[in-house]
Amino acid sequence: MKFSLEWLKYFLDTEASAAEISAKLNAIGLEVEGVEDPAESLAGFRIAHVLTAAPHPDADKLQVLSIDTGDGKPLQVVCGAPNARAGMKGVLGLPGAVVPANGMQLRKSAIRGVESNGMMCSTRELELGDDHDGIIELPADAPVGTDFATYHGASPVFDVAITPNRPDCMGVDGIARDLAAAGIGTYKPFVQEPVAGKFPCPVEIRTDDPAGCPAFYGRVIRGVTNGSSPDWMQQRLLSAGQRPISALVDITNYVMLAFGRPAHAYDLAKLNGAVVARRAKDGEQVLALNEKTYTLDSEMTVIADASGVHDIAGIMGGEHSGCSESTTDVLLEIAYFDPDRIGATGRKLGLTSDARTRFERGVDPEFLDAGLEILTALILKICGGEASEVIRAGAPPVERKLVNYEPLLVEKLGGVDVDEADQLAILSALGFEALNTQIGPGRKTWQMSCPPRRHDIEGSADLVEEVVRIHGLDNVASVPLPRVPGVAKPTATPAQQMERRLRRAAAARGLNEAVTWSFLPTDEAEHFALRQAQGDREQLWVLENPISEDMKAMRPSLLAGLLSAARRNADRGAAGVRLFEIGRRYFRATDGSSDERLTLGIVLSGEKRASGWATGKAQGFDAFDAKAEAEALLAEAGVAVDKLMVMGEAGEQFHPGQSATLRLGPKNVLARFGALHPRTLKAFDIDGPVVAVEIFLDAIPAKKGAASFARPAYAPPALQSVERDFAFLVDVALPAGDLLRAVKGADKANIVDARIFDDFRGQGVPDGKKSIAVEVTLQPGEKSYTDEEIKAISDRVVAAAAKQGAELRG
Amino acid sequence: MTIESLGSDALERITAAGDAAALEALRVEYLGKQGSVSALLKTLGKMSPEERQTEGPKIHALRQSVTDALAARKEAIDAAALEQKLASETLDLTLPAPERPRGSVHPVSQVMDELAEIFADLGFAVATGPEVEDDWHNFTALNMPESHPARAMHDTFYFPDSAADGHSASSSEAVGQKKRMLLRTHTSPVQIRTMVAEGAPVRIIAPGRVYRSDSDATHTPMFHQIEGLVVDKGIHLGHLKWTLETFLKAFFERDDIVLRLRPSYFPFTEPSVEVDVGWEDVGGRRVLGGDGDAPGHGWMELLGSGMVNRRVIEFAGLDPDEWQGFAFGVGVDRLAMLKYAMDDLRAFFDGDIRWLQHYGFSAFDQPTLSAGVGASA
Repeated sequence: MKFSLEWLKYFLDTEASAAEISAKLNAIGLEVEGVEDPAESLAGFRIAHVLTAAPHPDADKLQVLSIDTGDGKPLQVVCGAPNARAGMKGVLGLPGAVVPANGMQLRKSAIRGVESNGMMCSTRELELGDDHDGIIELPADAPVGTDFATYHGASPVFDVAITPNRPDCMGVDGIARDLAAAGIGTYKPFVQEPVAGKFPCPVEIRTDDPAGCPAFYGRVIRGVTNGSSPDWMQQRLLSAGQRPISALVDITNYVMLAFGRPAHAYDLAKLNGAVVARRAKDGEQVLALNEKTYTLDSEMTVIADASGVHDIAGIMGGEHSGCSESTTDVLLEIAYFDPDRIGATGRKLGLTSDARTRFERGVDPEFLDAGLEILTALILKICGGEASEVIRAGAPPVERKLVNYEPLLVEKLGGVDVDEADQLAILSALGFEALNTQIGPGRKTWQMSCPPRRHDIEGSADLVEEVVRIHGLDNVASVPLPRVPGVAKPTATPAQQMERRLRRAAAARGLNEAVTWSFLPTDEAEHFALRQAQGDREQLWVLENPISEDMKAMRPSLLAGLLSAARRNADRGAAGVRLFEIGRRYFRATDGSSDERLTLGIVLSGEKRASGWATGKAQGFDAFDAKAEAEALLAEAGVAVDKLMVMGEAGEQFHPGQSATLRLGPKNVLARFGALHPRTLKAFDIDGPVVAVEIFLDAIPAKKGAASFARPAYAPPALQSVERDFAFLVDVALPAGDLLRAVKGADKANIVDARIFDDFRGQGVPDGKKSIAVEVTLQPGEKSYTDEEIKAISDRVVAAAAKQGAELRG
Repeated sequence: MTIESLGSDALERITAAGDAAALEALRVEYLGKQGSVSALLKTLGKMSPEERQTEGPKIHALRQSVTDALAARKEAIDAAALEQKLASETLDLTLPAPERPRGSVHPVSQVMDELAEIFADLGFAVATGPEVEDDWHNFTALNMPESHPARAMHDTFYFPDSAADGHSASSSEAVGQKKRMLLRTHTSPVQIRTMVAEGAPVRIIAPGRVYRSDSDATHTPMFHQIEGLVVDKGIHLGHLKWTLETFLKAFFERDDIVLRLRPSYFPFTEPSVEVDVGWEDVGGRRVLGGDGDAPGHGWMELLGSGMVNRRVIEFAGLDPDEWQGFAFGVGVDRLAMLKYAMDDLRAFFDGDIRWLQHYGFSAFDQPTLSAGVGASA
């Protein structure tokens, strides 16, 4: 909220500067978002006396004024305002001054050939109001030559952010109280003598919804004139950013901003019968002051009369019974509404207002009569009329909360030692009453009675906060956190360590880590939802209130976001794109809880290698590039890659003949990889081939057994290994991996490695067959192999291969 | 022909031999079985001892000089041939070498690793929790009941009610209470989950994705936060202040990081403290460091913190008279932007490889305490 220093000083006797006040506001938790000094924006504007006014020789609508600015030497100024005339006093902007409304710097210039040394200003130009029909006319006694800012009483304006726990500071009065408690001046509580009613209140007031509206006070004021509010009030409202409207409206706004207390004034002529706080009827409608119609329900409290709803209680008045220029009799309403009810109603209607903000956080329940008297006195003074007696329905919850408070807690929780007497002084200044305090050595508990306006106080910790913030957080000394004794243990879990390792391994392999949105357009999410064995898709999380349709469903795969990023890169002219991401996929478990699976996704698109002087044409990615990344990263994650099974069923998003899964056992899928299906590429509008990998980090088994730093014993063999090559004819359909596995397993004592170095089809190989060449590495132990031993091993290799239908090529 | 003339003739011809073949022909001509030097050697046997005494050394010397000349010439010819071969093998090394793609680690990951490293030194473990949360963990247990105005300030993404029929409630939760599923608006629910699962004492950080329905130049609907929580005996505001000072100094690697603590309000802490950090203007950029009140300096709001509210400790099933502690939360993306001078938050989530390669980090920039956790540009 915003308020001027002048307004603050109405409640606070202080000599402190705006800067000191600003620093203190920050220090006590009333965050200053800005301080604006109108004196700065009004620099260079002075009170001036128009000595003569003569028509401009060359322009009908302009006049040439001679102006006294107080320094004895009249200035010539050209002016187009219709009200400019000799003898008047106004505001002159001198050359160099900047017009607040438009930021224009004034210069000495010639207007249609006549020299002009400044500008006579309108209210709007100085941002003091809306009037732009003519220049400002000041009273005859305005001191010529004085800075206008000084004359005008321009006062610095604070913009303070009030946290939701402090509705008591949503009025200038409350802020003054806090500042005084913190040693900035003396608080001047405003006390209004009650205005005696001249006649009984002619309107019946009732609350039929004591839960939603525990108290409803009011009174009628007859014979008012709803003109404009006085200057001093308008100045204060303007400092708060509130536009003056009419005296009655301004007075209720003023009381809200000065005391944090919303109230409402009804035009009595528009009311019909008793005015009642009640639940709305389902479907009941009201046209609110913001000119929108709201449909209400029975969980909302309203103020209504015999003909209908006049007020969405505590949130916004109705257009029908609002005060206008013709209003002569008003009914004042000051009520206490249940904060939760106001919050729920406001949320349901999507309606915010200054009143709602205050009521839903909680206004001062002790301030009904006082507020009503202030309103009454202001109206009588400004608008005239006579007031009825006050009429009261219900009673506000004014019982004071009692909190047991240990002064020792300030040190125990706040880490700062504050003298007990000082604690008591701080709490008293804030309106807390100590019922049984003793001061002196020893542990003790004080019983503190809390002012009902402090809805935020729940217990002793809140009082510690009061003491510490007023005493000053600066006085809290840093105290090192005790070190945890013993040997430092790793603070990352094995899963976290694996994630970090894979991230850096992927980056080292030339992949760029991206972070993409967790949400996707629904169609993209559905494209990537995996089909379960039963044929059901995995359950997606779809937002009820997405920020846009493009961010609606939680991703079931990392590939969708990466593909979109790859396409954006391609659109920007990137030749080759290698992206990876480590993040979660989100599924809805059958019990309604969240199933989030840490996953590593990779998308490789565009050129794997650009055309080169040595390598010829550019080359794209293929499924083996995806396989290489999958295997390398799985190996980095501690998986024995040579034990993985390469199986199908990578998913319908992949090319059916160029994709596979890597499994540890037939059911545990650790990764899927391959070229993407043309349908996927089309859905994402990206040119192929594009290959992708998804590694399901949550499926990688944790290392078994206790961690040990000791490695298994190993000494390099003394004898050299021996290589033998075999070429086998097999059916084209036989996976080469199956043959290789058979060969490797043919003689585990001697065969340490086997690798495929050729896959040949064509001349010399019968149709339907292929020739697979395997190099087998044999490792002798103590003695070199004899020819017989090598032959025996070779025979075992050939026999094992034969079981796969392989025939040794002659 | 005299021995002398034979010798001088041979040396002249050997020196003139142009290639290996010509040289071989000369070797055969002189030293071959039928060669002229070989023939002279054969005459030695028929000579008288006196004659042999005078002629022998001459003939042997001749053979030696021819042999040496042949060897020398061969070496010269081989060297010339090698030189010629090498000359023919010259490469233009201004041509580019085969390129290896340059990978990178995202700044958010890098900064999370840095924070984990700094806090590991202070004994904080890394905890995690679900991003699709229920409103009990995200709000209620953090002392934000349904009607709490602070809930509305969170711009929460919700899932339709029908999706929340689960009741895997924690012990502290009212039985049968219906849970609304949402995207967590902060990392604070991990506080609850960790305390419920592990009890006290607790010393954790919890980094991760969080979500708010907010999108403009400086807000994205998804961003990253890191939560800190210490619950133990006798932990107070002074410990919080020290921890934040230590962490921020270590992170920005500056001793002159100055904190300004302001009282504030969060439902889950009491007292609550907002932390500003002093900045100075360096070439038009706000760089953290120095006293924010110094001329030309200022304060930047960086994080929220406070002493964990008693009710939160109760909600987590612990005794607030026995255990107390502090918590804080800070934006990871924001920390990354401030430290590494990045201006555009939206670029974090675009996946532009030019941006990733420019602002990303080498795989080998693994933060370590010994090398300083930050990676120099």
